[in-house]
Amino acid sequence: MELIIEYGKVFLTGGIICTIGQILIDKTKITPARILTLFVTLGVILGFLGIYEPIYNFGKCGATVPISGFGYSLYKGTIKAIGEHGFIGIFTGGVTATAGGIAAAVIFGFLASLFAKPTIK
Amino acid sequence: MNTNLNVSNSEYDELISKKAQKSPIAKNIFFAFVIGGLICMLGQFILNQMLNLGVDQEKAATITSISLIFIGAFLTSINLYSRIGRVAGAGSTIPITGFSNSVVAPAIEFKSEGYILGLGANMFKVAGPVLVFGITSSAILGLIYYIFNFIF
Repeated sequence: MELIIEYGKVFLTGGIICTIGQILIDKTKITPARILTLFVTLGVILGFLGIYEPIYNFGKCGATVPISGFGYSLYKGTIKAIGEHGFIGIFTGGVTATAGGIAAAVIFGFLASLFAKPTIK
Repeated sequence: MNTNLNVSNSEYDELISKKAQKSPIAKNIFFAFVIGGLICMLGQFILNQMLNLGVDQEKAATITSISLIFIGAFLTSINLYSRIGRVAGAGSTIPITGFSNSVVAPAIEFKSEGYILGLGANMFKVAGPVLVFGITSSAILGLIYYIFNFIF
């Protein structure tokens, strides 16, 4: 039962974040590429304002899997590194916290391009 | 002849805009919600498995991201992610799998233009702006946090 509630919250939170993106795409003609940039920046700002933390506490992966969670990780990593290393943390913290994801995308992208065929229309 | 064409054009435009108004925004939102939510649940499932194996929270979160990015990359390379995207819209764009797709898809498409100026240069066409604004904004707000902590 506890597990069902947990996954329900994850589903709800992730669903709502994606819904906001879909409404923006449908109503404002913002392109998906701009939506991604907007959401990552919003994640950073909401992290700074202390608003993303309660969303994360409620939705867990529902808050971290969307790209806004990537922004939240960037900000949280920056703050953590400032606490540990001082001023230099402003430069090192964000990318350190998200390095795994960035490197994975590059590596898998490179490998995929070796095996996959382009879909030229 | 010309006027006739214009009339039929405007009639056609009217017809199109009527059809467009009926375009299923509710349906788009439904699929964005459900598929976006499901991808997040998959992430939670992977995270929970890692935590159950005794991996610490931070490492488990990184493994979850990498796993989802792998799944996104794999589905992109077998040309399935774009098909999911046609139905899911933002539901497949906004999760980290969509970030992965935005890196992997141009890598595959532009390889034919060469490894450096094709694949290498185009890989971050969409993800580049995400990193630029994400990293810059987190550094600026980190600086503000640092200054406030320094003063108070």
